[in-house]
Amino acid sequence: MPIQGEYMGMMLTIDDVDKENREFFRHCAEGTFHLQRGKKSGLLRYPPTTACPWTRDREYEWVPVEGKGEVHSYAEVHHPIQPAFREKVPYMVLVVDLDTQKGEPTEHEALRVAGNLLTADGEFAPPEMIKKVGIGTRVRMVFTEVTDGFALPHWTIDEDAEQPESPWRYPQE
Amino acid sequence: MALSSDTDASTPKFLRGKYAICGVGETTYRRGSEESTRNLATWAINNALEDAGMEADDVDGMLNYSGNDSTFAPQVANDLGIRLNFYMDVHGGGSSTEALIGIAIGVIEAGMCKAVVIYRSMNGYTQVRIGGTGARSAVPIVGDQIHHRGYGWQSAGQMFAPTFLRHMYDYGTTPEQVAHVKVAHSKHASNNPKAYYKTRYTVDDVVNSRIICKPLHLLDCCVETDNATAIIVTRLDRARDCKKPAAVIQSVVGRCSKPRGDIHLHYQHGPISTVAGHYARDILFPNAGVGPEDIDVTGSYDAFTFTTMLQLEDYGFCKKGEGGDYVSSGAIELGGRRPNNTSGGHLCEGYTHGMNMVIENVRQLRNDADDSCPIGPDGKRQHTHDYSEGGCRQVKNVELTANLGWAHPGTASSMIMAKDAR
Repeated sequence: MPIQGEYMGMMLTIDDVDKENREFFRHCAEGTFHLQRGKKSGLLRYPPTTACPWTRDREYEWVPVEGKGEVHSYAEVHHPIQPAFREKVPYMVLVVDLDTQKGEPTEHEALRVAGNLLTADGEFAPPEMIKKVGIGTRVRMVFTEVTDGFALPHWTIDEDAEQPESPWRYPQE
Repeated sequence: MALSSDTDASTPKFLRGKYAICGVGETTYRRGSEESTRNLATWAINNALEDAGMEADDVDGMLNYSGNDSTFAPQVANDLGIRLNFYMDVHGGGSSTEALIGIAIGVIEAGMCKAVVIYRSMNGYTQVRIGGTGARSAVPIVGDQIHHRGYGWQSAGQMFAPTFLRHMYDYGTTPEQVAHVKVAHSKHASNNPKAYYKTRYTVDDVVNSRIICKPLHLLDCCVETDNATAIIVTRLDRARDCKKPAAVIQSVVGRCSKPRGDIHLHYQHGPISTVAGHYARDILFPNAGVGPEDIDVTGSYDAFTFTTMLQLEDYGFCKKGEGGDYVSSGAIELGGRRPNNTSGGHLCEGYTHGMNMVIENVRQLRNDADDSCPIGPDGKRQHTHDYSEGGCRQVKNVELTANLGWAHPGTASSMIMAKDAR
């Protein structure tokens, strides 16, 4: 049976044979972020794939990874495209450099994990929170449930972390 | 363990100058189509055949690209009575044009056919909206798509935005600098009777238009239109038998990609403010035997103002990080050092997934831009080179053009064409 759940009015489906995505989102539902680690390379990768991009190795294991990092860049959407997001604008999609494996295996590589900016309670961030977030903001991962065994990773401001004085934001507010 | 791969520019150069574009054609550029994509395709192909002075029998190859929004080649060929020795329908959007021109050269060289017509037919406003609104925005989300559409991260502008913002962060590029791309292309479109939007815009107009997705204002985004476009590729010796001067193909790059692409395009391998043109240029220029400084006119994919800026920079038309300076210097405008998208491109003329920029450069190389300049007694347009509104858009003495196609920040196609030296 495919895993299927309604999220914000959108039907999300993971097919039976899509093992990589099933496992990825199942770990999220259990509240611990996991990524695939290639057996040969020992390197983590994101998003889920079927082989190691450095060694072609199809063998991997799922390992827990700390859901903390820094905003590398973002999209801040003001004109919605998908109907489900019409009531959510403005909203942010963050591309976050995980602290884990940052700058490896080469200088410009990082595990850059996507997610929306949410409040600590898992609601879409209000405009005043969005205005505090930009490139350099320290964030931590939160999860929102889609259905049993299926949750999405998202991001919220890491209140315990030391934040940059003013994270870089698009200059025209 | 190889940790990264660099482009090998040692591809064969023996086809340089051996193939040409001999015919180009298009429909009108509209919003509000009354034709099927099948009908638009036959319309554009007929115009290209007419342009080349070719009959149905002179073409025996067909290539088409689309994203489940068009009519396949056999149906279009059948309608036109073209018997095919080769055809292929390819999935894809931007960056297909130059890639398919390369494929056409390959299949002709392999002896599979003698001339290939390439078309892209789309009702990008009336049927499948290119901006992603309408039916496409509501289709069920399956598997890998959860990682982006699940976050309201779907349209081209939304997906590319982190690249654009990071370029501003890395290099201090400003919204005003990049707005000059729209200013230039709208100036060019005002001298193009075919263009959908012929209004000239200012930097203030662009940066004061409403924000769609930061850093993109409405006027940083291209237009959605309904149209078909067609290009005919054949050997240079055959092209020379055609009605109009050949545009000679010097080098082609097809869907050259950055390392470590994925469903999110290119964000795992930085710098994310560098796009695939950085890799494509190492094939494009050596194979043509020229450098960026030799190019007279560019056609840089302008799905957004930012895509033009990023590509011009990463192909080396300016130093890395100076794309904002380059596009705001006047260089890319008619009358400037190296005009870009002289037809108005995707921002103003119409959206064709890359075809109209190639068509325009063919006309520039022929010294035959279809502006409002008067036709002389010899039947040729008498270009005034007065670029004021409603005037000329022909660039003087065009010898070499470059087209820089874009699928997304991580994938690029490109082509250099030369005026026929004969």
